[in-house]
Amino acid sequence: MQERGGLRLQELVKRFGDLEAVAGVDLELPPGRLISFLGPSGCGKTTLLRMIAGLEQPTAGRVFLDGEDVTDRPPHSRDIGMVFQTLALFPHLSVSGNIGYGMKIRGVAQAEIRRRVDELLKMVSLEGTADRRVSQLSGGQRQRVATARALALEPRLFLLDEPLSALDANLREQLQVELRLLQQKLGITTIMVTHDQREAMTMSDLVVVMQAGRVEQVGLPLEVYRRPATAFVARFIGSTNLLETTGAGDGRVRLRDRDLAVPGADRSDGGLVLVSVRPEDARLHVGLGAVPNAIPGTVVFVRDLGELFECYVDCELREHVVVAGSPRERVPVDQGDAVQVEFPPDACVVVRA
Amino acid sequence: MSDRKPTHGTYAVLAVPVTMLVVFFLVPFGIMVASSFYHRVEGGFYTPAFELNSWRRLFTEVFIERAVFSIGISLLAGAVCIAVAFPFTFFLTRMKRRPHVALLVVVMSALSLSEVIVGFTWSVLLGRAAGISNILVWLGVMDEARAYQPGFVAVLLGLCYIAFPYCVLTLYPSLSRLDREVTEAAQTMGASPWRTFWTVVVPISRPIIVAGFLLVFVFTLGSYLISAILGRPEHWTLSVFISDQASFNANVPFAAAMAIFLTVLSLAVVGVVTVVESRTRRLT
Repeated sequence: MQERGGLRLQELVKRFGDLEAVAGVDLELPPGRLISFLGPSGCGKTTLLRMIAGLEQPTAGRVFLDGEDVTDRPPHSRDIGMVFQTLALFPHLSVSGNIGYGMKIRGVAQAEIRRRVDELLKMVSLEGTADRRVSQLSGGQRQRVATARALALEPRLFLLDEPLSALDANLREQLQVELRLLQQKLGITTIMVTHDQREAMTMSDLVVVMQAGRVEQVGLPLEVYRRPATAFVARFIGSTNLLETTGAGDGRVRLRDRDLAVPGADRSDGGLVLVSVRPEDARLHVGLGAVPNAIPGTVVFVRDLGELFECYVDCELREHVVVAGSPRERVPVDQGDAVQVEFPPDACVVVRA
Repeated sequence: MSDRKPTHGTYAVLAVPVTMLVVFFLVPFGIMVASSFYHRVEGGFYTPAFELNSWRRLFTEVFIERAVFSIGISLLAGAVCIAVAFPFTFFLTRMKRRPHVALLVVVMSALSLSEVIVGFTWSVLLGRAAGISNILVWLGVMDEARAYQPGFVAVLLGLCYIAFPYCVLTLYPSLSRLDREVTEAAQTMGASPWRTFWTVVVPISRPIIVAGFLLVFVFTLGSYLISAILGRPEHWTLSVFISDQASFNANVPFAAAMAIFLTVLSLAVVGVVTVVESRTRRLT
C-alpha cells in the first residue's frame, strides 16, 4: 500500500494564452503521504492539481505516477479519486448512486456495489443515508459523500481541491481532523490544494508553498513556518516581522543604529538582508536598560484577545513591529510607553526577497 | 421570502397580462368553440345555431387518420430535433468564446426566416432542377439529378429546420450552467467522455430535454405551410386541412371543430409526457 502513488512532476508548465499559470514545477512527492499545495488564489496550485488529474494538458513537462509517464493519459484511465471545490455531486443520483458510480462504470456486480457503498458510508460515518437524495443532505454530509465517492475505487492518488472551502469554520476544523485521520488509516497518497495555512498545517506531512506559478518552498509544516525560505513564505504562513537590515558580515546585521546577531547572515557588503522574526518570538522589555539584540521603540497599540496578547511597536521602521505572547506572561505596557524589542538570535531567519 | 400582502399596484400590473390573455386568447377561443356548433350555410357563411354536424364529421376515418399523422410527425420532429440539438448545444456551450458566439448568432439568425421562405428554399434545394442532387451528380456520386420533394422526409426536414433554433434556445441556459466539475468528476471515476455524456449530462438534463421536445412538438403541430409546400396530400397535417376549410371552403364551423380537436389532442400529449416524466424522475 505504501508503495502506491509515488508522484514525480517534471518541468511542468501550463500557459493559458499569455498567462503562465504554472511556470515550471519540479517535484518529487513521496507515496502514502498527504501533501498540500498552499498559496494565494491565482498561484497555479489548482492548475497543477488538474494537470496531475489529467483534467488539464500541460503546455510542457511530464507527470510520472509510480515511475510511469501518465502525461498523455486521459483522467478516466489515471486511477485517481478527486474531491472538487464545488463537490460536483450528481444531483440526479442518490447517495449510493453517487458513491457507486465509478463501480457501476467498471461493471462491478450490483450486490458488490451495495456492500462496498455500505462500507464506505460507514467509513465516513454516514450510515443509513444510502437512499437519500443529495439535495437532502447538509453541507458536511455532502462533503463526506464526495470523499467516499472519490475513495470508492481505491485509487492510487487522492486529490482534494479546496475540499472544505464551502463549510463554516467549526465544521471545517472538525472535518480537517477527520479527513487527516482517514488518510492516515488508508495510507493513500493525497494531494490537497488549499489557501488556508491552518488547514495545511493541520493535515499535511509536506507543504508545497506556491506563488505566481512557482514553488517557493517545500518542507514539513513546522519547518516551513519556523524557517521560511522567502519573504513571501514568511508573510503568507502566519504573520511575521520582516526587518530590512544591512549585512555587516560574520553573522551580524545593522538595523538603524544597532548591531544584531543573526545566524546565517553572511553578507558583509552593506547590502539588503531580509530578516523574519515571528511576533511570538520577539520579546518586549520595558525601559531603556541594556538589552542585547534589541531596538528601542514606542508602543502604539495593545490588544488582549484572551488567548493571545499583541503589542504594536513603532521602531521607526517601515512597518510597526508586532510582539505577541500569552496573556499570562504579558509584560505590563501601555500606549506611549518606551520599550525595547528584542529579537533573539535563534528566532531570526534570513529570507530571500 | 416576503409575506407582504399584494398591493393595489401589484394587481394593476397583473391586470395588463390578464386583460391581454382574456381579450386575445380566451375571447377568440370562446368564439371558436361557439362557432364550431354553428350551422354552415352552403356556398355562403354560417348562422348561429347549436348542431353537432361539424363534430360528427370530425370523427370520420380520414380526419382521425390526419390527426394521428399530424401528432406522429410532430412527435418525430421533436425527437429528431432533440437528437440533433442536444449534443449540438452541449458542445456549443463547451466551445471557446469566439466560435461559441459566432455559431449561436448563425443559429439565431435562422429565426428571422419565415416559414414561407424556409418552405420554398427547401423546395428548391430538394428539387430536381437546381437541387442538392445536382451537386452529387457533379461530384460523380449520382448518375442523374432527382427530386426529394414532395415527400415525407422533406416535410420532416422542413419542420425540424424551423423548430431547431427554438429547441437550441430552450436547451442553452441549462446546459451552459451545467457545472463543468460534474462531468470532470465522472471522468476521474473512470467514465470516458462518451459514458459521461450518457450517464451524467443526459440524465441531469432530462427535465430540459422533455421541455425542448414538447416545445418542438407543439410548435410543429401548428405549422401548415411546410407540409403544404414540401408534402403530397397524404403528408398534409391537420393544420393544412383547417386552413383549407377556413379559407377555401369557407366552412368555419368545421375548421373551428378541427382546431379545438387539435388543441385538446396536443394538450393531452403534453399532459401525458409531463406526468410520465415526473413519475419516473421520482422513482430513480
